[in-house]
Amino acid sequence: MIEVEGLTKTFPSRRGRERVEVTAVDGVDLAVAEGEIVGFLGPNGAGKTTTLRMLTTLIRPTSGRAVVAGHDVAADPVGVRRSIGYVSQSGSTSPEARAGEEVVDHGQLYGVSRAAATARARELFAQLELDGLWERKPAAMSGGQRRRLDIAMGLVHDPRLVFLDEPTTGLDPQARANLWEHIAGLRSGRGMTVFLTTHYLDEADALCDRILVIDHGRIVASDTPDALKRQVAGDLVELVVADPARVDAARAALAAAEPEEAPLVDGTRVSARVRGSAARLPALIRRLDEEGVVLDGVEVRRPTLDDVFLTVTGRSLREDA
Amino acid sequence: MLFLRQTFIVFRRQLRIALRNPAWVIIGLVQPILYLALFGPLLVPLAGTFGADNAYTLFVPGLLVQLGLFGTLFAGFGLVAEWRAGVIEAERVTPASRTALLFGRVALNAVQLLVQSIVLVLLSFLFGLQASAGGIVFGIALTVLLGAACACFSDAVGLLSKSENVLAPLLNSVSLPVLLLSGILLPITQPQWLQTVADVVPTKHIVDGIRAVFTGTFDSTVWWGSFWAVVVFAAAAIWGTRVFRRENA
Repeated sequence: MIEVEGLTKTFPSRRGRERVEVTAVDGVDLAVAEGEIVGFLGPNGAGKTTTLRMLTTLIRPTSGRAVVAGHDVAADPVGVRRSIGYVSQSGSTSPEARAGEEVVDHGQLYGVSRAAATARARELFAQLELDGLWERKPAAMSGGQRRRLDIAMGLVHDPRLVFLDEPTTGLDPQARANLWEHIAGLRSGRGMTVFLTTHYLDEADALCDRILVIDHGRIVASDTPDALKRQVAGDLVELVVADPARVDAARAALAAAEPEEAPLVDGTRVSARVRGSAARLPALIRRLDEEGVVLDGVEVRRPTLDDVFLTVTGRSLREDA
Repeated sequence: MLFLRQTFIVFRRQLRIALRNPAWVIIGLVQPILYLALFGPLLVPLAGTFGADNAYTLFVPGLLVQLGLFGTLFAGFGLVAEWRAGVIEAERVTPASRTALLFGRVALNAVQLLVQSIVLVLLSFLFGLQASAGGIVFGIALTVLLGAACACFSDAVGLLSKSENVLAPLLNSVSLPVLLLSGILLPITQPQWLQTVADVVPTKHIVDGIRAVFTGTFDSTVWWGSFWAVVVFAAAAIWGTRVFRRENA
């Protein structure tokens, strides 16, 4: 669905009086298969938006090749535009227009007939829980409704591939969870391919089959959320020992479970990162049991995507968010 | 055909939004009435000094051009608001022609100006305007062409600057000298250097052309006026389209 090789974008800029070229995207290679939901992550200024704008024909690449939905972005931008939907971060409707008409007009700009665009828009309003809002001004809609209206705008011509730029930024948690369901539904219901950028790691985790991390204009990681998390130093296993006198025994047992580093002791809590903890935990518990170490609790925390982010980019995503 | 269809879709959308705002419609219609009622009494006594038989035949063409310039030069403000709402970007990812995206918007400004011009001329008849019917139609056509050029220009500047704070002073610093140098209210006769400067302002020739055609003559003044109206429109349309095509616009 998307094939990108060596995609590069430089912008002319000034440093003092000197003219310099700033490289925003530096030789990006990526591929997205049909039916995938791919999350595109990166701190601000990493080249995320620039890449997205090149893939959606809003800006021309300086060099490299990108084929989107079978069309080359530089040679056949109109072909690309015809085949993709794009839901931008900044919205897509006039606050004073009527919601339904905006969607129908947008469909007509794609060359869809008025009747077909109206039918499709009505269908999308029903699917995206916008029933009864056809005549509503976007100015009078909630943030979540407006976001769903933007998605309806992006889907009115029935594209096979849709780009979502920060789809849930600024929404409350309930509206976000609701929107995730709708995004997941695009693939399950329509077999669409979804390429989304996000700042939220939980969003990428919940929604995406695969995650691409971009930093300093280059792709630094590309894998499933689980595989990426496995690359990080393992799960955090924490034992809460009932009897403070047995903390040493617990530490020895945990050390035997091949942790990544020596277990840390904090009062009655003994913790260490263990790769593939699911396979090691039964033996660990058995050993503690045999040695008569009574536990108040065992906690296993999987690495989060934030840990991944920290590992591949050297900084936390939250610092820039 | 496709281009006209896309232009129409954009135009229809703009028209619908505009017509739903009654304040906008009323202000638009009151404007020509205000122009006539406020400027008329001020200018009529001066008409004789310029050798005009009918004061309104002299001033209405000026008022038309003023309406054309001022109404449409501020079109860019609407565009900046639309850009901020994401509408321009959403339209730019559709396969629609970039020129259609611009022309659909400019068409609304042209239609608005056409209606205002008709109101202005009809009212002027009540005040005593005497002009040839063909001349009036031709004069209004030139006005609308000039107005469309200004709307293209304003939209292009709006899209480049993306800021009302840049747009307002910039448009004011363009419109005021143009207004004065075109001899819109008073034909420029003195001093000589000012006249020379005015001669290079295309709108001066357009005003002169409309003035001439209102009296029913079709001489070289009219042709020069028409020529400049077409040139200004073509230049603005080409530049505007380029800006709409530009990658970062």
